[in-house]
Amino acid sequence: MEVGAEFVQLSLAPIVIGTLAAIACALPGNFLLLRRQALIGDAISHVALPGIVVAFLVTGTIATWPMMIGAAGAAVVAVALIELIKRLGRVEPGAAMGVVFTTLFAAGVLLLEQSDTSGVHIDVEHALYGNLESLIWFDAVGWSSLADPAALAGLPPQLFRLAIVLAVIVVFLVAFWKELAISTFDPGFAQALGIRTGAVGFALVVASAIAAVAAFDAVGSIIVIAMFVCPPATARLMTDRLGRQIAWSVLFATTSAIAGYVFAGYGPLWFGSADAVSAAGMIATVAGLQLGLACMIGPRRQRTGQAAAPH
Amino acid sequence: MTTLDFFLQALTLQGGYNSALVAVGAGLLGIAGGGAGAFVFLRKRALVSDAVTHATLPGVAIAFIIMALLGGDGRWLPGLILGSAASAAIGLMAVEWISAKTRLGEDAAIGAVLSVFFGLGIVLLTVIQTMDHGKQAGLDTFLLGSTAGMLIGEAVLIAAAGAVAVALVVALRRPMTMVAFDPEYAATLGIDVRRTDLAMMGLALIVTVIGLKIVGLILIVALLIIPPVAARFWTDRVDRLILISAAIGGVSGYTGAALSAAAADMPTGPIIVLIAFAMFALSLAFSPLRGVLASALRHRRFQHRVHLRQGLLALARGEAIYDRLTLRILRRRGLIRGDGVVTQDGRGAAGRAQLDETRWTTARRLRADDPVLERYDGLTPIDRILTTDQVAHLDSLLPKPEST
Repeated sequence: MEVGAEFVQLSLAPIVIGTLAAIACALPGNFLLLRRQALIGDAISHVALPGIVVAFLVTGTIATWPMMIGAAGAAVVAVALIELIKRLGRVEPGAAMGVVFTTLFAAGVLLLEQSDTSGVHIDVEHALYGNLESLIWFDAVGWSSLADPAALAGLPPQLFRLAIVLAVIVVFLVAFWKELAISTFDPGFAQALGIRTGAVGFALVVASAIAAVAAFDAVGSIIVIAMFVCPPATARLMTDRLGRQIAWSVLFATTSAIAGYVFAGYGPLWFGSADAVSAAGMIATVAGLQLGLACMIGPRRQRTGQAAAPH
Repeated sequence: MTTLDFFLQALTLQGGYNSALVAVGAGLLGIAGGGAGAFVFLRKRALVSDAVTHATLPGVAIAFIIMALLGGDGRWLPGLILGSAASAAIGLMAVEWISAKTRLGEDAAIGAVLSVFFGLGIVLLTVIQTMDHGKQAGLDTFLLGSTAGMLIGEAVLIAAAGAVAVALVVALRRPMTMVAFDPEYAATLGIDVRRTDLAMMGLALIVTVIGLKIVGLILIVALLIIPPVAARFWTDRVDRLILISAAIGGVSGYTGAALSAAAADMPTGPIIVLIAFAMFALSLAFSPLRGVLASALRHRRFQHRVHLRQGLLALARGEAIYDRLTLRILRRRGLIRGDGVVTQDGRGAAGRAQLDETRWTTARRLRADDPVLERYDGLTPIDRILTTDQVAHLDSLLPKPEST
């Protein structure tokens, strides 16, 4: 075996999958952050569990597509429920969100306990922190496998799914760039231009749900929540321009995915321990460290006009 | 023995000393959560407590590691609670710091703290799994809570801490109410707003850490959010809101723990949350004040009054009525016959409606700037707004009806 063969076999696919998932979540996260809807990602990933359990109960298998459809359906149900409770009960948005996602998550856990899932592998822990480490590229023999179509076909299917989802999201952002940007910064102006801001907002939530569900399937909900918020928030502290903010967020998503995976897999070795720690958790931690650093030294960390405020 | 018998036994505290204690503890926890949550809800900071609850995980893990390294039992509950409280406090300060010192909004701060602390906690949990203490099992019960196999001492600790939290809610209710409603006015009264806010979130933090064992850290936030949202449907008064919220929380905690003790595959945390949600759903539907049913009925009543009035005016003017709802209402009240011909009653009612309308028009023409007459809505009879004398005076000014 050539040098690095083990790396290609064990670590390359998880790193690429983690990076794709991180970017797919960070891209729509930029707009959610600017619209003060950063917690949508949180809500979506909490409700993915009941969606997956219901999909399992209906189909009786743990095939990928029913699960993803179930999770996406649950996300839509959750968003609709939040809206319903907000309107019918005149409940404040944050509280409505809290009511809905805790209830749906509780329902998911209860369903899981009540149904016979002994033969299959769904559990709460898996939903929370995924299993990035298990996405191994068995067919790889070394770097040369990257040029071998037969070996490439053996890559974990999550990689292709995430690549497709990422492409869809990029196309969506490019196609509706003007509408998204204007309705995010100045909804009134956007409406005056004839942009349907409600539809744009809903499309953004749907795009986020697609990204969340695809990423959730591969890497678990912690990375999803962290990547929706942390890289865009870090980027927001670096620049005032939307285009640059998105570029920064892609960079931060990539670095946290790669560094997080490497620290989780190889970090313990440096401390003399043989066992790796959770990659999903470590990726979120690295994203948090980046954000913490940006909060302290980011060039645009302060609110504009804050220095002039009396207190 | 059926599940129902078992459940009834547990509800009446006869299912064994241990499960009784757990149920009482969960009830006190629910009361404290509902009480503290009411203030958090009024201050519109429901989701901050979500960040606080997720931020407990690294503290639990670090406390376990330290206690295990010191040679003790890593699962000693008071130690774990202290650790979780410390890291939740750090998480809370991080949210405050990020939203105060940087341009990021509170929602971004919440999302970041929640996910990063939780991620760090998961990393530490996997570190613990690799430690050769063998007794690590059980920490993951903090994610979803578990009352199965709880030690007597732990149940006593939770019940006692719940009682303390309830006492704190009672003691701090006045300043917290003032700050929740009008922070600026509270400040002029000499209340330290920042410190009161901290006390409020501190209370939420206490509820969180004592709830970890029973409800679990992912769902404990529901005990802070759902009861006040449900209680809000029943009252507009803050003192009652707190009481109702605490009652809903207490009932959820108590029955949830009892139910979960009675059946094998009923995880405690989710059951408690779902019971709380059921009470929320009932409130949303049936509250007489703001419930969906009540406002639908109100809307229907209003619609009927408008149709009735317009129908009567049309009858008085001899105009044809085409609207089906109007016809149905007039028919049901015996004001018109099945074939649409006006009855004796209908003529009288139409005449009265027409007279009222004429009085209103005249009064509003004569005293155009009288604020009392601004209350014209096309429904309220004028003699409910003006005195008998005023109406009599008004009648003398009415345009003389042409004699027929």
